[in-house]
Amino acid sequence: MSDGAASVLEVNNLVKRYAGETVVAGLSFSIARGECFGLLGPNGAGKTTTLRACLGVIAPDEGSISLVGEPVPLRAREARLRVGVCPQQDNLDPDFTVFENLVVYARYFGITDADARARIPGLLEFSSLETKRDARIQTLSGGMKRRLTLARALINDPDILFLDEPTTGLDPQARHLIWERLRELLKRGKTLLLTTHFMEEAERLCTRLAVIDHGKKIAEGTPRELIETHIEREVLEVYGDGVAAWSKLAKHHAARVELSGETVFCYTQDAHPLLATLEGAPQLRFLRRPANLEDVFIKLTGRDLRD
Amino acid sequence: MQSYDWSLPKLSLRFIPVWQRMFLVWKKLAVSSVLGNIADPMIALVAFGYGLGALLPEVEGVKYIVFLASGYVCTSAMNAATFEATYSAFSRMQMQRTWEGIMNAPVQLEDVMLGEAVWCATKSLMSGVAIFVVIVALGLVEGALALWVLPLVVLTGLCFAGLGLVLNALAKGYDFFTYYFTVVLTPMTFVSGVFFPLAQLPGWLQTLAHCLPLTHAVLLARPLMQGRVPENIALHLGVLVAYGLVGFYVAVVLTRRRLLS
Repeated sequence: MSDGAASVLEVNNLVKRYAGETVVAGLSFSIARGECFGLLGPNGAGKTTTLRACLGVIAPDEGSISLVGEPVPLRAREARLRVGVCPQQDNLDPDFTVFENLVVYARYFGITDADARARIPGLLEFSSLETKRDARIQTLSGGMKRRLTLARALINDPDILFLDEPTTGLDPQARHLIWERLRELLKRGKTLLLTTHFMEEAERLCTRLAVIDHGKKIAEGTPRELIETHIEREVLEVYGDGVAAWSKLAKHHAARVELSGETVFCYTQDAHPLLATLEGAPQLRFLRRPANLEDVFIKLTGRDLRD
Repeated sequence: MQSYDWSLPKLSLRFIPVWQRMFLVWKKLAVSSVLGNIADPMIALVAFGYGLGALLPEVEGVKYIVFLASGYVCTSAMNAATFEATYSAFSRMQMQRTWEGIMNAPVQLEDVMLGEAVWCATKSLMSGVAIFVVIVALGLVEGALALWVLPLVVLTGLCFAGLGLVLNALAKGYDFFTYYFTVVLTPMTFVSGVFFPLAQLPGWLQTLAHCLPLTHAVLLARPLMQGRVPENIALHLGVLVAYGLVGFYVAVVLTRRRLLS
């Protein structure tokens, strides 16, 4: 990249193999300061492996990584001084209170207890945990734990935050609160690297994203660009008795028609001709909506289950 | 399978915050654990030492409880360190993912493992001090040389921490450690001169005993507790250091493969 100095994370041709199986197959991307970059992909696409390699926790088989200006894994430790990590699975310390979790974690960064004590009230306020300062971890809800993990990731005032599926397993209320906080961090100028398979999350938060599958990047751009480039403007979802027969007719009026379970998905630039065919089929129910990121994702990665 | 990374562990003072974390947890539960640390050796020593000792003539020229006390200090150090390096470390590594959290900060695996090992030795020292206090209170110690038992207990702790962390690196679950305790450590206790002199063993078993670290810890502790300078100090220390260093190195290599590949 020509603006190498401005990029907080730069990954070139990353390859990682496990037992002969290639998990990450030549992945390249670059994140500029202040961006929220999303790594999207189905389960097993290589998202978490990529994050671990970027942090220097695992060594790549090929390729180069530069994180906050430091070569990784060579100087991963120095790089991690300026990185915050919000892992997919909770690893808060269950033996400690909220406050102790933050003090103890600060020590791993070489932050003195006095400094940590000065920072913690602000972090508790940011994560809406002021009243939980001395609560034990077991007494926190899932959303509180995730917010504490986020606060913990901010203890060193990092330049970039790694968020591995930050809202997986949270209820909608808790999820919206996390999104609000992440947008707040973006406003403050933080750079975010987010992995997710919630398309709504990616569409709301990410300034730019890459869709990866089988360890390869298959698309990259802003959410709007991806939708405009990869998918028709409108989607008509149709279901009900006789939908399979109707789908044969629909093929003449839509750019693409897909049957998934009991629903027919019609992708088209203009839904009017399709709607006209539905007028003669009152037993069919339908939903007309603009195409979104999930449609792009499904088109690029397929409808097959990934376990 | 992934290949092994055999490079030597790069140790640093960054193990200190890891050790502090363990100490803080311990401090929160200190009252109950200190009570256990003192009550347990007290009961065992008194029961075996006086109960069994009353039936015995002097062993190696001293009362049985005096003989037993020095072996018991070493065994407790071994058990304290091993328990911490296996069951407790495994909880932190596998169940609670504490290690993963720490390694996302600028702390390396080697730092975490050194922190664990030093913490194991700290637990050995705590148990050593507790027993020492009991032994002194019972009037079973002769002379200031006996204080050397405390650094010996730390070394014994580091030695068994290294070995325990190897087991931790290989464990699938807690059951694995039960085998280590029942198949390795308990039999070792019986052939290392803790409960009776090595001379009671058949020749081949004596030879085997001299290959085991606990034997060497006991051979140092016993004369010290009786106010004498041990023989072959360098040999005994060397065996303990070697077991500890090789164990720790192998543990780091195996844990790298487990967590970092």
